[in-house]
Amino acid sequence: MSHVWTIAEQSKGKLRAVSFELLSRGRKLADKMGTKLSAVLLGANVSDESLQELIYRGADEVYFVDDHRLENFVVETYSNVLSDLIRQYKPHTILAAATSSGRTLMPHVAIQVTTGLTADCTDLDIEEETNHLLQTRPAIGGNIMATIKTPNHSPQMATVRPKSSRPLALERTRQGKITRLALKEELLDPRVQVIGYREDTEEFANIEEAEVVVAGGKGMKKAENFTLLRELASHFNGVLGASRDAVDRGWLPYPHQVGLSGKTISPKLYICAGVSGSIQHLAGIKTSEYIVAINQDPDANIFRLADFGIVGNLFEVIPLINAKLAARKQKEGE
Amino acid sequence: MWSKIILSVPVKRNLGGEEELDIIIPIKQVPETSNVKMDKETGTMIREGVVSVINPLDLYAIETGIQLKEKFGGKVTVCTMGPQSAAKALKEAIAMGCDEGILISDRKFAGADTWATSYTISEAIKQLGSYDLIIAGERATDGDTGQVGPGIAAWLGLPLATYVSKITDVASESIIVERLVEDGYQILQMPLPALLTVVKEVSNPRLPTLRGKKKARAYEIQVMNAADLQLNEACIGLKGSPTRVIKIGYPKVTRSGKIVKASGDTGLNEAVDALLQFLEEKELI
Repeated sequence: MSHVWTIAEQSKGKLRAVSFELLSRGRKLADKMGTKLSAVLLGANVSDESLQELIYRGADEVYFVDDHRLENFVVETYSNVLSDLIRQYKPHTILAAATSSGRTLMPHVAIQVTTGLTADCTDLDIEEETNHLLQTRPAIGGNIMATIKTPNHSPQMATVRPKSSRPLALERTRQGKITRLALKEELLDPRVQVIGYREDTEEFANIEEAEVVVAGGKGMKKAENFTLLRELASHFNGVLGASRDAVDRGWLPYPHQVGLSGKTISPKLYICAGVSGSIQHLAGIKTSEYIVAINQDPDANIFRLADFGIVGNLFEVIPLINAKLAARKQKEGE
Repeated sequence: MWSKIILSVPVKRNLGGEEELDIIIPIKQVPETSNVKMDKETGTMIREGVVSVINPLDLYAIETGIQLKEKFGGKVTVCTMGPQSAAKALKEAIAMGCDEGILISDRKFAGADTWATSYTISEAIKQLGSYDLIIAGERATDGDTGQVGPGIAAWLGLPLATYVSKITDVASESIIVERLVEDGYQILQMPLPALLTVVKEVSNPRLPTLRGKKKARAYEIQVMNAADLQLNEACIGLKGSPTRVIKIGYPKVTRSGKIVKASGDTGLNEAVDALLQFLEEKELI
């Protein structure tokens, strides 16, 4: 097996987008070391076309541990299987997604195989002479960037946030090998059972994977006013976020919370209204590609991080943005 | 396949006997950041005069533990690894309603990464005797890794549920929880003892009471050091940590964005047009 692995993720047999994002990170590292890149997937009911897409998007090899008992993520069994593969094939570097499963699986594996793990890396590189993985991540609320390495243990492991890199373009001429592996019975841990699944309301806040997040803070004044933001978000197919102040007031539920005590996000566009910009909030959004802020207070901290800011009354500004975007859409439709 | 079920059973423990629930809560002391100011020149956090508090996300674990104890009886033990001054965090937890506080402290633990930290805490937990549940916060707001909770579960071989948003049912030998995942809530059933890491949705932390504070003041924190725990010295502190910080950078938090004022009808109109132009230029619309 090759030297750089990415851990692909699936949900109900469908590959998650982050699987492809990891491959673009992994490709860069593998090329720098002149080694192969493998995508490792655990799951069930994944089509050949999906596995092939991993090749088309950068993998040289795909290893798919295919068993109906791996359909749902359960950390104990997943960790046993991945640790077993690591012991067998000894990869140099493993990249996984900083998702609810990746963040659970990788620290568990790190203990099982006795190696280091760096969470939420924003930058990954290979040190020329040593081939050590240089793992750079924000720490202390994003106020410092620490570069970390794992000099004496193997594999070197890191997680990266969803949406922090773009997938490679689909290259249908790419060739690669797909191997299906059976689940070894002794690796199955039957203690934890997935007994159900509950989807939230229709607008479940997957703010970590959204391209556009539109968030409101204390300045929104009440829950009903989020209708304005909901409309704004709809123009971008975005999802709703909220500051801690807004969540603590019960205006939106916790899964929407952006910031250090909520979710750290890296969308393409982050728009926020009535958010003053506490240090925790800024830490949660600073890896966004573009930040737009609307706030009445010209001295609000949020403007320090904004690529575009409007100082004004959000109850005037947002409706006008909505009206102009709607007019634009209508014009395009004509 | 997923079965779509909704459980709304209130937490209850289906116990026949007088069995109680013993809970261990590992916490961390972190710098208080909610009142932190930023240096306008450098765009970095001013760390002078910053006090230390219980990691805010650990408060939800503490509250959950206390609520379970109140329903079923038992004992809540809070523990932390850190310098002697971290005893203050344990006392705050006792003031909220925890029963015992264990400080895992030794100069030899300094510089530990999440691997060495989870080893050290798991060895301390082994010394505490039997327990039913370990409840940890989702992550600490300073290190922000969320790796120590899962690490402890791996060291102790305990079933693990991360991102728990609700404890639905506690029976004598098993627990049902909901965990917050990307597109909903996964419902898990697992045997006890188990380790949970909890998110904010799980509870609403209480403030310490006067009586609690009095109890905490009188309480003598128990200290465990490396010798007490008979640790493998190759696995603790900086020496036992697989990861090494090799460089620290101080990024500026500021971006030099365009800021426009929307005052008066014309100002408002122009400001919004300027925004739309910005979005167009960046191909966001």
